[in-house]
Amino acid sequence: MRATVLVRPKPGILDPQGEAVESSLRQLGFAVQEARVGRVVDLELGDGDPNQAKADLERMCEQLLANPLIESYEITVSRG
Amino acid sequence: MSTEPRPRIAVVVFPGSNDDRDAALALEGLGAEPTLVWHAEPTLPDVAAVVLPGGFSYGDYLRCGAIARFAPVMDSVSRFAAHGGLVLGICNGFQVLCEAGLLPGALRPNASLSFVCRDVDLLVERADTSFTSRCEPGRRLTIPVKHGEGCYFADGPLLARLEANRQIALRYEDNPNGSIGDIAAVTNEAGNVFGLMPHPEHAVDPQLGSTHGADILGSLVDAARERVPVPA
Repeated sequence: MRATVLVRPKPGILDPQGEAVESSLRQLGFAVQEARVGRVVDLELGDGDPNQAKADLERMCEQLLANPLIESYEITVSRG
Repeated sequence: MSTEPRPRIAVVVFPGSNDDRDAALALEGLGAEPTLVWHAEPTLPDVAAVVLPGGFSYGDYLRCGAIARFAPVMDSVSRFAAHGGLVLGICNGFQVLCEAGLLPGALRPNASLSFVCRDVDLLVERADTSFTSRCEPGRRLTIPVKHGEGCYFADGPLLARLEANRQIALRYEDNPNGSIGDIAAVTNEAGNVFGLMPHPEHAVDPQLGSTHGADILGSLVDAARERVPVPA
């Protein structure tokens, strides 16, 4: 079982990294209106109970992978 | 020589801390007995206060302070704080305290994306804390900052709470990092945990340009002297 966690700065949170990327893309001539930069965490979880894995992933996000005050997260679990 | 008792103050050393010895030297000069405590220690020794110093704990991977908050000694630091023990976080130490939930808010990359390393002027808003008692409200302190991620963030309700509880202790006169409300230092609700981005330990000698940092660390030493060690 594999999981991918996407962590994003919450809407309204200042994202200077995203702003820098946005202005560089504009300089390259792309019509970009906004860029936000987050983080991807890929996890290999072995063959456990998928429901337990989902519950664990929620706790991983709350405790470490994201800071709930400033970041939102999205978990995707896939077999293989 | 002063015959006043020298309160024992722990300075926690994480892998990647780099201001631990400066903090210890400054505290010693101000009359404390600093003791360096390695992050892997299961408990704190008997101390009257704890300092989490500046640096780049655990490489600042994931988010600044996010990994350090799980260091073995941090359970003991949390218990110490919960029992009313005095805890000061400087720069990376401030980030660790926010990540650990011992202080409210979070620290984000500077709005400019530039690392800032210069003296900044701060205005004292609270002079009635254990960390600012040598100051007066409205006093201007000149203390250096050196950080890439010092942009303090609190959402609307939290900011309103901080203002209402008077938990904002210091504000920048000329905001170097985009912090909301020009916030440079906050305390917890009880007032025994304090975090700031500027480095008081780098401003304790006239040869360093300012001695205003001694007013912060000296306040802590005064308060620590009043306290018997808190069991952690």
